[in-house]
Amino acid sequence: MPNLKDCKHYEKFKIYADRILAQSNDSLEKTLAIALWVCFVCAILVSIAAVALRPMQANNKALDMKKNILDVAGLLQEGGDINAAFDQQIEAKLVDLETGDYVEGIDVASYDQRKAAKDPAQSIVIPSDKDIASIKVKAKIAKVYLVKKGEEIQSIILPISGYGLWSTLYGFLALDADGQTVQSINFYDQAETPGLGGEVVNPNWRALWQGKKVYSESGEPVLKLIKGVVDTGKPGSEYQVDGLAGATLTSVGVSNLIKYWMSKEGFATYLEKVRTEG
Amino acid sequence: MSAILTNETKKVLIKPLINENPITLQVLGICSALAVTSQMSTSLIMAIALTSVTACSSASISLIRNHIPSSIRIIVQMTIIASLVIVVDQILKAVAYDISKQLSVFVGLIITNCIVMGRAEAYAMKNPPLESFMDGIGNGLGYSLILVIVAFFRELFGSGKLLGIEIFELTKDGGWYDPNGLMLLPPSAFFIIGMIIWVFRQIKPEQREHVEFQIMPIAHGEGGHH
Repeated sequence: MPNLKDCKHYEKFKIYADRILAQSNDSLEKTLAIALWVCFVCAILVSIAAVALRPMQANNKALDMKKNILDVAGLLQEGGDINAAFDQQIEAKLVDLETGDYVEGIDVASYDQRKAAKDPAQSIVIPSDKDIASIKVKAKIAKVYLVKKGEEIQSIILPISGYGLWSTLYGFLALDADGQTVQSINFYDQAETPGLGGEVVNPNWRALWQGKKVYSESGEPVLKLIKGVVDTGKPGSEYQVDGLAGATLTSVGVSNLIKYWMSKEGFATYLEKVRTEG
Repeated sequence: MSAILTNETKKVLIKPLINENPITLQVLGICSALAVTSQMSTSLIMAIALTSVTACSSASISLIRNHIPSSIRIIVQMTIIASLVIVVDQILKAVAYDISKQLSVFVGLIITNCIVMGRAEAYAMKNPPLESFMDGIGNGLGYSLILVIVAFFRELFGSGKLLGIEIFELTKDGGWYDPNGLMLLPPSAFFIIGMIIWVFRQIKPEQREHVEFQIMPIAHGEGGHH
């Protein structure tokens, strides 16, 4: 531990500090000096906390992401080891959205689609007439997750995002191997109004999605939220999910983001390839 | 231990629990008390976060109290409080990620919690660091006490659980208890806090507020529109 007094500027600093502290509290120089030093000390404190804790936070975030993927796949077990469960059952793949082909040669584990969307080299700006989900840019390559039994695909888990009322919602949609039937949906990052739009995370509402169909017979993505409760007796109810009460704009946002990501702009090409090639 | 707990520190530590409770007597810090009390676990974490912020901010403000220019006094206090809140928020994100996700903005909103600012301005600006630290702990614990009482009732009657452990078996799982949905919504905290204040002031009449003015009965023929 070096002695503070050995520092060659210590004497100068001490003279400066003494002179400042001796002044009246209301002098201009002291006011400025105190303001500056308080900011300086606080900034250092905040920076140390942020930098020192970053690895732990990143770890938590990654774990939370895996937990959400297991959850949407219906594989989450209370109290189980998330990392082990994820590594055993989930296979991450990179998909070129335009061609619908798997991309090889990029490290899957370290690829971050949300980061890539912000990098001009790895993303494309969506023309405003096509940008129904209001996300402005999308990554050229998406990270999808597959649950397989042997060689057979059990679920296809697709990342989805779009603007609601206050925030961009980020989530996952899990589909059957037919690329048509919904297994589950969840949103892991959103800041909609708690109790209204925030109900997108409510397990009861999420359960309504199970078994719904995404594409109409002509291949258009038609799944959407409607106002009120779906009448299950009516034809076409398999393309409808109950809207969120009191959250019209969040409901519209969710409908739009489903439509966008299930269209040719999103995963339609990829899903078609999965359907034909398996 | 006895050296630290002088009469003054003991007094500032214990008084805010019942006699000068920041929530029931001064009715401060209500906003977060409504928001985070639907579960015991979130309110306990919030209580710890607020207590540590109040204690540390009071101590650091008290440390430099003789040199804070009065013209920028509030800004200096806010800067110190805000920095400590960010540090607490970062720590929560690192060690209690799930709970910090549930608390979301409310940890950040400790910055605007009137209790923290109130203690800095009312106590720490005039008293030495150790006493200010204890005063912060005391007021934080006073806030915590009410928060935990409110959360106890809300979680027990709203979801039949305490700290996530089932106490009443719910009807949907084949039990006897039909949960009260109102308890999960913020207004229920209003009712519970109101009742706690009523009980406190019933037991300790000196806590009742004095009537500041008398509402005059409307006299006939005065100022009416005809």
